[in-house]
Amino acid sequence: MTALLDMDQLLDQMETGLRQVLEHRGVESPVLIGIRTGGVWLADVLSKRLDIEEPFGELDISFYRDDFSRIGLNPRVKPSSLPFDTEGRDIILIDDVIMSGRTIRAAMNEIFDYGRPASIILATLIDLGARELPIQPDVTGRKLALDAHQRVKLRGPDPLRIELQEAGQ
Amino acid sequence: MSSAETSTGNSLKITGGRLYDGEGSESENIALLIRDGRIAAMGEAASRTRADETISADNCVIAPGFIDLCCNLREPGNGQKGNIASETRAAAHGGFTTVCASPETSPVNDSSAVTHLIRDGAASRSPIRVLPVGAITRGLEGDLLSDMAGLTAAGCVAVGNGSRGVRNARILRRCMAYAQTFGLTVMFSPENQALAADGYAHDGLVTSRLGLLGIPEVAETAAVMEMLLLAEETGVRLHLSQLSCARSVEMLADARRRGIAVTADVAMHQLAFTEDALAGFDSRFHVRPPLRSESDRKALIAGVREGVIDAIVSQHQPHDTAAKQAPMAATESGLSSIESVLSLGLELVEMNELALSDLIRALTTGPASVLGRTARLAEGEPADLCLFDPEAFWAPGAQTLVSAGRHAPVTDRELPGVVRLTLAEGRKAWQQPAG
Amino acid sequence: MTANDASPHHLQLTRDGQLRHFLTLDGLDRALLTDILDTADSFIEVGERSIKKVPLLRGRTVVNLFFESSTRTRSTFELAAKRLSADVLNLDISTSATSKGESLSDTLLNLEAMASDMFVVRHSQSGAPHFIAESVTPGVAIINAGDGRHAHPTQAMLDMLTIRQHKGQFEGLKVAIVGDVLHSRVARSQIRALNVLGAEEVRVIAPGTLLPNDVESLGCKVEYDMTRGMSDLDVVIMLRLQKERMEGALLPSEREFYRLYGLNQEKLALAHPECIVMHPGPINRGVEIESAVADGPQSVILNQVTNGIAIRMAVMSMAMGGQVAERQHKLSERGQA
Repeated sequence: MTALLDMDQLLDQMETGLRQVLEHRGVESPVLIGIRTGGVWLADVLSKRLDIEEPFGELDISFYRDDFSRIGLNPRVKPSSLPFDTEGRDIILIDDVIMSGRTIRAAMNEIFDYGRPASIILATLIDLGARELPIQPDVTGRKLALDAHQRVKLRGPDPLRIELQEAGQ
Repeated sequence: MSSAETSTGNSLKITGGRLYDGEGSESENIALLIRDGRIAAMGEAASRTRADETISADNCVIAPGFIDLCCNLREPGNGQKGNIASETRAAAHGGFTTVCASPETSPVNDSSAVTHLIRDGAASRSPIRVLPVGAITRGLEGDLLSDMAGLTAAGCVAVGNGSRGVRNARILRRCMAYAQTFGLTVMFSPENQALAADGYAHDGLVTSRLGLLGIPEVAETAAVMEMLLLAEETGVRLHLSQLSCARSVEMLADARRRGIAVTADVAMHQLAFTEDALAGFDSRFHVRPPLRSESDRKALIAGVREGVIDAIVSQHQPHDTAAKQAPMAATESGLSSIESVLSLGLELVEMNELALSDLIRALTTGPASVLGRTARLAEGEPADLCLFDPEAFWAPGAQTLVSAGRHAPVTDRELPGVVRLTLAEGRKAWQQPAG
Repeated sequence: MTANDASPHHLQLTRDGQLRHFLTLDGLDRALLTDILDTADSFIEVGERSIKKVPLLRGRTVVNLFFESSTRTRSTFELAAKRLSADVLNLDISTSATSKGESLSDTLLNLEAMASDMFVVRHSQSGAPHFIAESVTPGVAIINAGDGRHAHPTQAMLDMLTIRQHKGQFEGLKVAIVGDVLHSRVARSQIRALNVLGAEEVRVIAPGTLLPNDVESLGCKVEYDMTRGMSDLDVVIMLRLQKERMEGALLPSEREFYRLYGLNQEKLALAHPECIVMHPGPINRGVEIESAVADGPQSVILNQVTNGIAIRMAVMSMAMGGQVAERQHKLSERGQA
């Protein structure tokens, strides 16, 4: 299974996809924001691949999660860090895995609390489907359909690799 | 007794068990025959006699009925915190057959009228003997002398100032001098009010950590010293109520060596608990004098063991629930303790801190001698006794406590020592329900 | 033999060690205190955004229950709750019901009807928040905003945050607390926090009348002479002196106190050159501290305010989170049963 998910291939796929979307939309100087923690590792790699000089942002969405009333506060919350003004900027938002779409909703809410961006492009490494909100990535490394007992997790930062876990392990 | 072979009306026989007489001697398996409120026969003579009822004391200790020098019956009063009926019944449940009723009632027992009220109430509603203690100053205010001779004539066995100190040493001196004239015993809780100020907990480790307002030890020891000097000078018979400090025990022992007529008691909770009981802001353990350090506790126990401290008291202070449910400073002091005294004492025996004979002495002959009375299990003596199983356990709680006060010192675990039977002048003041 | 073990730390933690009330620092370990500081760091970042608000406590009601008035503390709690998107109700009870004989239990019964999720409690009696936490409906978090002489844990933690910002860590630090330790709930909580977080030495500097009995047992050394006590210090915390102390014969005069225990530039010069000066406020200039020092380069008195909001946001969201987790735990247990 791991062999099917060649990391370089996935990253190539994301890079190509992003270049196309940027060109199509006529975006000239985008900024990258990665969602902690996997999205941040990807943002680091992609900023080099896309030759974006401006430092990327890191988002910790713990304060914006919609499941606080079920699981409480994440005890290892770290400050978000956006080393640029988001107002009027074109943002590439990056996460490792998209499923329900709730994380992305939280991330967009948080981004808007910093200011009003011109646009947001969503790029994810893996799309597991099973969406619960009307949110779709613009760019995806790969779509995957998992069995009910399977989970994927991005390990990193160096080297980046994808782990497929069987539930109960 | 000549008539012992034949049974007559209304007799009770107790067989088996270990008998402690309160003076240190113990005998196994001795039978007791009780008739007309007195012990009619003991041993062989009792065994041979048929009685109307026979109670087996297997596994039990038979001891003289306990005597409490400090008990609050809350009557007269507004009834919320208990009354003579509820609290004397609780006392009987605890094995007590005699309690001294504190003058801290509402109104205060500072007149023969109030004393009569208490005695009448006790005569009709108490299963045990109630001995009123009169207020030595009017309203316990510490300013004017009460009619001590009148109080004594009405039935008070001693005069004192309840748990309140007498602020003014000059008045204290006159209280003692006047009481001495009539040979009365005076009972004082030693506390220097200026030093105690607005404190409510022992000024020590726990108070420092929790930011409680402390009562320093010197608030007690300075008062003990003052009272001992005044007693020596006036020649009064002084009884120090509810000591809490190691230094107080030392001064007491010293005064007795010098021949001063002084006796003393300690509350059972001072022997069982320390300031640590307050660690979770547990308002139940807001007591006065406050629970002090472990070394104080050890010294108080040694004082009881060596007989320097004559008596262990309950210092029973029943309250309504609201009086105890607040931050500590806003609560009233005192435990609902009289039903737990024996059990807490047996735990001390279990831990080898106290011998069973010391415990029984401090609950029977010790306090009796302070009052100039006796507590003997012998032929012809009043049948005041209790019968308890030291190995059986009970769970203090709403279901088991008889007192109106629910704030017993221990409510979260079982305690050893179940009182099976309490006889006061031969009548059943308490009998453990069957099953 | 001890009484029933009801120490505060059982009351304020969930079974898996999360905060569910915040009453005292007693019983909280270094990991938990560090979590509070770290979470507060994240909230400081939130305070720098254009919208200084996160949706964590949206739809929840926080009641500021102040039995002793303190506009300053109450406003930082209010702001903190609002930045967490909670609805806030301020109840100033210092002048109303309880002083007219209504018991605290009765007041609480009335408040239960409001279906609030959190009480922030300030009370003049030590242990009052503890009492409330024991008697309140399960699921409601209690935050101690200062009780009697006992504890002021959020103030102490914001001071720890300030110290960490300036010194990076607690290991090796020598910290002195100067002034009225006896009546100070802040000092008790600070001494505890500094010990748990690993400060090398905590000194209290005061005359004997302003120190509690057995103060060393709290984890500090006693120094009566301030000139000696200032040597090698990395942090000096000045406590507020109430004017009433003169009346209780604890001190002869403000002037003598200032001469012996007030912080001026000469005394500060005896400390480590990088020593920071703190004060929980409000400051009595010329009583505890000289203006030149209070406003000087070593003073960090002002940025304690920003930290105050962040610490309160951290504690409120962590305690609410603990209550939530516990409720879920109970529900799932019931589901299994």
